[in-house]
Amino acid sequence: MNARLVHFVWSHRLGLLVIVAVAMVLIFPLVTNNPYTLELTNRIAIISLAVVGLNLFMGSTGQISLGHAAFLAMGAYGSGVLTVHAGLSPWVALLAAAVLAAFFALVVGVPLLRLSGHALAMATLACNVVVHHVLLQEDQWTGGPSGLAGIPPLSVGGILLDNPVQLHFFVWGVLLLVLFGALNLVRSLPGRGLALLAADEIGAACLGVPVLRVKVALLVLSAVLAAVAGSFFAHTYGYVSPDSFSIFVSTDLAIMVVLGGMGSVWGSVLGAAVIILLPEVSDAAETYKEFVHGGILVAILLFAPQGAMRAIRQGWQLAVWRWRRAHATA
Amino acid sequence: MDWMQFIWAGLGNGAIYALIALGFCIVYGAMGIVNFVQVDFVTLGGMFLYSVAVTAGLPVPLGVVASMVGTALVAMAVERMALRPARTANHLVLVFLTVGISIVVRGAIHMVWGKNRMAVPPLTADDPVRLLGAYVLPQTLWMMVLTLLAILALVWFFRGTPLGLAMRAVASNPRAAAVVGIPAGRVRLAAYAVAGACGGLAGALVTPITTLSADVGVLLGLKGFAAAILGGFGSFPGAVVGGLILGISEALAAGYLSSAYKDALAFVLLVLVLAWRPQGLLGR
Amino acid sequence: MLRLEGVTKRFGGLTALDGVSFAVAPGTVTALIGPNGAGKSTLLDCLFGVQRPDAGSIRLGERELVGLSPDAIARLGLARTFQNLRLAPFETVLDTVLVGLVARQPFSLWAGLLRLPATRHTERAMRLAALQALDRLGLAHKADWPAGVLAYGDKKRLELARAIVAEPQVLVLDEPVAGLNRVETEAVASELRRLRRAGRTVLLVEHDMDLVMRLADTVVVLDGGRRIAQGTPVEVQRNPLVLEAYLGQMEVVA
Repeated sequence: MNARLVHFVWSHRLGLLVIVAVAMVLIFPLVTNNPYTLELTNRIAIISLAVVGLNLFMGSTGQISLGHAAFLAMGAYGSGVLTVHAGLSPWVALLAAAVLAAFFALVVGVPLLRLSGHALAMATLACNVVVHHVLLQEDQWTGGPSGLAGIPPLSVGGILLDNPVQLHFFVWGVLLLVLFGALNLVRSLPGRGLALLAADEIGAACLGVPVLRVKVALLVLSAVLAAVAGSFFAHTYGYVSPDSFSIFVSTDLAIMVVLGGMGSVWGSVLGAAVIILLPEVSDAAETYKEFVHGGILVAILLFAPQGAMRAIRQGWQLAVWRWRRAHATA
Repeated sequence: MDWMQFIWAGLGNGAIYALIALGFCIVYGAMGIVNFVQVDFVTLGGMFLYSVAVTAGLPVPLGVVASMVGTALVAMAVERMALRPARTANHLVLVFLTVGISIVVRGAIHMVWGKNRMAVPPLTADDPVRLLGAYVLPQTLWMMVLTLLAILALVWFFRGTPLGLAMRAVASNPRAAAVVGIPAGRVRLAAYAVAGACGGLAGALVTPITTLSADVGVLLGLKGFAAAILGGFGSFPGAVVGGLILGISEALAAGYLSSAYKDALAFVLLVLVLAWRPQGLLGR
Repeated sequence: MLRLEGVTKRFGGLTALDGVSFAVAPGTVTALIGPNGAGKSTLLDCLFGVQRPDAGSIRLGERELVGLSPDAIARLGLARTFQNLRLAPFETVLDTVLVGLVARQPFSLWAGLLRLPATRHTERAMRLAALQALDRLGLAHKADWPAGVLAYGDKKRLELARAIVAEPQVLVLDEPVAGLNRVETEAVASELRRLRRAGRTVLLVEHDMDLVMRLADTVVVLDGGRRIAQGTPVEVQRNPLVLEAYLGQMEVVA
């Protein structure tokens, strides 16, 4: 009986995890209706969207992107400019911004992902600098350094998403959908191919993984997710400024990926949550932000390059194995 | 003679980009990775100059020397304390590690020197001199002269000293170099020291013109990287030529097209070169 | 089935392959042998599109393979193992074998993201096929181990399982028993015999002469980038060129 229960739980672990996650999302606003707390968790959800995409890309292709804040910016400013200056509806603006980001990723990705090594890291960084520069310079559209205000909130089925509780259900709902898709992908047959691609490009190619096409597709997917996150950001706060999309934000996104573990879907959320919540835990984390974030990155790479999520899982497996061994002899 | 004015400005900045690009290439030769910390070596150069020349009130030339030595020491510490313990050959991990170190170093700079913009004195008086029909700042001339001297010193180092020859051997064939017993650790340490000195010199020369802040090296460093790519990444002559081409085209673009997008030009060039001629202008 | 004609590959001034021609008949085991540096690895790289030959043609049935990408070649029904193991260390043994089936399905990220019931159904069938492959090589009880912790011999057999699971038209094995002990070698040999009985086509690149002589129908000998001999194991063993190039060198090595 007990064994059957264990077997049931284990064989349905993904489904059960999703159910638990959904339940937690549903219950959370009942536990706390503190707008400040909800604002924080909503931000975690929004940033996690971008981090999941970036993680799928970096974890599968072994390439570093240091410019994903540029895609966030395209989403945020795409939404902002099109609603404020062109008067489009928020959803149309969001869609247009996502298409723009996808197109941009395609144009940059097709030539650059042919190259081995770390050309892409520098090129994405360069793209981010250019995009940031455009945001600062084109002030008749973007508001320049002082930012762009008055962006209208999104609405779903006639409900305007303008308070933290409604936003909570919306952004966490979207994030859960994306997580579900990402988990599916990782566990599917193409996902196995991606795991091998990350470890060994030639090996994956010889087993039938279309390497270039997959890399470009994942870059485009991650760009779209980042753009959607950027749009949510803009419609949630009603205001965007260039500093939210500098290259330092890009490195933060990459740090979240490494912290959670490259290729680990749940790790993406963990990484985003830790980095966003750090300043809440201690003021020092904000004062010495570079120290802390850089230190986390260096420490993870030196001591647990597989990332926090896998380190936790391996620790747990080790504990289970020890427990089993102890009980087998007893 | 507008264009002569732009050429002078371009040559001066180009010399700085060339120095930074050389720093990137030297570490790339020794380890096969892009070293993001190079960016902060430039900032550190400016900061050491500020401490010696302004805070301590010592002569500026002494400050420039202190910048090179100080940054080289920091670079060696970075290699010993952060990169060597990694003990991995995985380039993804190593490149990411330099990104992390770069952020930490920037944090340290914030703590030591603060976040404000600072003015740094130039090597000699500020009065422009008239040369070939245009006015040139003496500091711009110093940039060109000292960069030239640095390049000559590097040529001597890589052709005339045992350590330099060992570094060239590692750059051209790491495995063969290991087989004949060239100490990889010493070569990496030396590469970081030389790259640090190049970055420090660049920072000490350029900050009197740009003014000094904790992030000044980021933009300059990335442009230096763009110059290295332009010339063909890893090639020393390519780094110099790439730096000069980038500096001059930037100055001309600022003068004749739009000064607002002067800073973006380097990165547009970087992406275009990577996309259409990844081996660079001088590469085969 | 697989036909190579005049395959040539140069690296700078060095000619790694110099007009190599031979054919692999369907349902046979063809062994490719030759001393180190004979060009065997380069030949495999050309076969799988990892390197592009400078001249010559490689045909699978009527299809020309030269110029195709590695994944397209894999999809046409060529599968291989690697001399230096290529495994993702954190993936489980079962998942590793599943990767061998990637070439059997169109590679669609959408199908992966949505994972509709039809996809799940094929996945279950494939999981079963993967378990059967593991079972044949005696690895089924380690199916949920991470591939990275397996012993060397198990890793070699895991690669073999990954290559055979998709039932490829031509199976290319790059030194499948190198570094294995006698028991492990025997397990691989019996699996190869089973494959031949089942009518599979195998190209075997191997240093273990004993295994080659026992299993191969045809032996192709490469030396210095040229094909110096071809024939049955017995014929090749008597060929003076082969003795000089290959067996002579074996003595020096031994």
